[in-house]
Amino acid sequence: MVSIRSVPSSPSSMTYHDLPWIIVHREDRCTLCGRCTSVCPKEAIFLTYHRQRLPKLDVFAGQKTDADTRTFMGIRQRTEHTNQCIGCGMCAEVCPNEAIGPVLNSNDHRTRFHTHQAGEAAKRGGRRNVKESLLDRIVFNRISMLTDPALDAGRHEFYMNTLLGRILPPQEYIRRKAAGEWIPPVREIFPFVIGSMSFGALSPNMWLGLLQGVAYCNEVLGIPVVMATGEGGCPPWVLKSPYLKYIILQIASGYFGWDEIIRAIPEMQCDPCAIEIKYGQGAKPGDGGLLMWFKVSKLIARLRGVPEGVDLPSPPVHQTLYSIEESVMKMIQSLYMAWGFRVPVYPKISGSTSAKAVLNNLVRNPYAAALMIDGVDGGTGAAYNVSMDATGHPIASNLRECYLDLVAQGKQNEIPLFAAGGVGKNGNVAQNGLALIMLGASGVHIGKYIMQAAAGCLGSESNRCNVCNIGLCPKGITSQNPKLYRRLDPDTVAQRVVDVFMGITTEMKKIMAPLGRSQSLPIGMCDAIGIDDKDAAERLQIKYIC
Amino acid sequence: MCRLAMKTASTPFSPYGVLKAMEAMQEGYDGSGLGLLLRGIEFADYKYKKGDPILSGIAHTPQALARVNKFMEDRGFRLNYDHTFDTDLTNIEAKDRHKYFVRVYSLPVSWENYSREKKEHEAMMIRLALRADGEKNGGDLTVFSFYPNVAMIKEVGWPLQVGEALGLNDDRLKARIVMAQGRQNTNWGINLYACHPFFIQGVATMTNGENTAFVPIKEWLSGMNYPGYIGYQSDSEVFAHILHYVVNRLKLPLEAYKHVITPLKTAELEKHPQGEFLRGLRDVCRRLIIDGPNCVMGSLPDETCLLVMDHKKLRPATIGGKPGEWALASEMCGVDSMIPDRDKSLDFQPMREHTVIIPPDRKEYKVWSQFDQFPVPQAA
Repeated sequence: MVSIRSVPSSPSSMTYHDLPWIIVHREDRCTLCGRCTSVCPKEAIFLTYHRQRLPKLDVFAGQKTDADTRTFMGIRQRTEHTNQCIGCGMCAEVCPNEAIGPVLNSNDHRTRFHTHQAGEAAKRGGRRNVKESLLDRIVFNRISMLTDPALDAGRHEFYMNTLLGRILPPQEYIRRKAAGEWIPPVREIFPFVIGSMSFGALSPNMWLGLLQGVAYCNEVLGIPVVMATGEGGCPPWVLKSPYLKYIILQIASGYFGWDEIIRAIPEMQCDPCAIEIKYGQGAKPGDGGLLMWFKVSKLIARLRGVPEGVDLPSPPVHQTLYSIEESVMKMIQSLYMAWGFRVPVYPKISGSTSAKAVLNNLVRNPYAAALMIDGVDGGTGAAYNVSMDATGHPIASNLRECYLDLVAQGKQNEIPLFAAGGVGKNGNVAQNGLALIMLGASGVHIGKYIMQAAAGCLGSESNRCNVCNIGLCPKGITSQNPKLYRRLDPDTVAQRVVDVFMGITTEMKKIMAPLGRSQSLPIGMCDAIGIDDKDAAERLQIKYIC
Repeated sequence: MCRLAMKTASTPFSPYGVLKAMEAMQEGYDGSGLGLLLRGIEFADYKYKKGDPILSGIAHTPQALARVNKFMEDRGFRLNYDHTFDTDLTNIEAKDRHKYFVRVYSLPVSWENYSREKKEHEAMMIRLALRADGEKNGGDLTVFSFYPNVAMIKEVGWPLQVGEALGLNDDRLKARIVMAQGRQNTNWGINLYACHPFFIQGVATMTNGENTAFVPIKEWLSGMNYPGYIGYQSDSEVFAHILHYVVNRLKLPLEAYKHVITPLKTAELEKHPQGEFLRGLRDVCRRLIIDGPNCVMGSLPDETCLLVMDHKKLRPATIGGKPGEWALASEMCGVDSMIPDRDKSLDFQPMREHTVIIPPDRKEYKVWSQFDQFPVPQAA
């Protein structure tokens, strides 16, 4: 037996079987071209020499046993923490011979106990890594079978837009109109909004592709899609462009990017769609935004007014404010003032049992234009694992109780609720979105889905990839490294954005037509939905079906 | 599907003719109920005094009737006339019908100085209190309306048979407007309150088709906490409440009803002379947008009648007649039955943008298009 000290083992040492993703390499197919090793964002694989002993077992010849050795080149997987395979599969993508690819380790891999390294708690980007989706289980079951002719999704005209902005009670609207008083600005938008992903979290090419796609949807297809920036400002050329009207600018606790925005106001050709004040985020409630140093490039540093290559953690709270009440009062009104009361301003909060309290505060504020609630399944560019995994509130019940609270007060038309967090996490984006709309949302925000569908993000709920935080995005979506983001062609992203929204539009019609709805978005049409879970049905006050 | 028949004439006529029109359209319904509204009433046995409220309903037991008597007396109402229906209860499916009542009262002395608005509000509260009393006592009292010049009857069964069982062919009860609906029992249980027409403070509507946007509309109306916005045993009751909301509470002209229930699209509003106002109106009344398929017929206290379609014109409806006498029906054979000797070239089938309005003078009907301007001087 060899001595203990000579076994190459430390507490964090792993074999490749201990890793979450195992590289399967077929040496018989490998051409040793080296593309996989050069593309791997984690340098998890390497090309190396291997020596293989070939024993000679010709014992009957009476000769002395011997062995030859063979030396060959092959791929091996690194087992160090920093080089663990993330399962992105870029090796498979570049392999000319289908010789390599990652496979999810079905064992309970040991790395989960070694994620905290060098005094740092584990962080990642992406998602919560929970595949189940309650929204996927909601079905639309109030089919209009009694009143033929039913609607025809292919031939009838559908009106599917929603409103973003403070809506007055009708009597008050008529009074103010007659008196010539201020009417709050209201935007008519498509109910699926591209959720807040910052210029910083996303690469310049991704941002450009999204914006091109959004502009095409609006100007050519007439689908009024808008996108939200997230915290971190907006490129100056966008601020001064006519495309600003498709953008919801976000202000958050770090105020990153707002110097540029304020300076650009005199030169703006149009108003932005809206202003989102971020108080919380579903993926990491109670935590501020985080742009890790890897991604603070020269361009990002200039936009945000910070030095290059430093971590940019936004504080969890808006430091200048004392409470949400004060925030509502001061920030909403200040931001209204910046654009002459022509732009809707609304807060975004993380899903929480305290959401109703915030909402009731907004109801009493005559300026609050909406409330955006981001559920626990929301995505992020960077967060501590524990925040992402263990904090937050699922969106469905949170939204529903807020909506029913408004219904009880007769205020459901005055403050539109927007919902986010896991919409389309398993690909069912139109179904998930309309389920939330029928639970009471005026619209939904989609972030991860857009990255996956429009840019080919490799992330999945199996913790595939999810390295948005460190700037190594192998598709160039969330990287500020030109070598990586050059992989992403903005034109093809734009094309995919258009495909996605055209697809959503058709699917919405296919859902709404059987319900007999075409004239208005079926907000709060809870009689149309059911779920195969009694407890969930009771909690959501919808029908239980089995 | 439900069938609708409505007639308005300068000279009072028997509701039985309208029931015969229902019979002409019989292919379209299963005869599960009849709803009837008479406006501009004339009794053969009594000279009705304008402004006196008429209480209509059914006392299912003698005790219920006694409670009605006491309730009204306690509040200072004097019973002037109690119309006796020549009933043949063997022809009525339901067995708990003690008395159908259409009673004319004098207002209490204390109401003399009330404004019209206050009187209407108080009358509505009386109706609601009686309805609640019936509900509290196991449903032994059903009250349909309490308003001047209006009587209502609702009953389960085949419309013509119900009419005959109530003796409506005896010409003792006539009206200048009759609205009738033959009910198809669809998604909501049979309940007398679920029969059309629906009535609130003089505003009445009836509808065919299904209201797919019912729940969001109902939730919003209920959230106003307005005492009259209750019930909703039928998904069509909201059409009456929306009309009441637009005309009585928002005080908008009748034309605005169409803009509330089926607003124009943004691109269409951009070209509309009042587009800016209407776009705002669409936003603030977004929860009242109906989604059809529906044809809505209605009448107002001044005897104006109206007919509007859903936004896709997914239901038929025809108006025809002659000066002084107009018939509206969900099927053309219904119009033929009510006014056979008319110039059929004057018949009109409204399209999705139209509101047909018959003013109280009944000389002609007006077809108003949603794309046209309408008078809202202050607001627009």
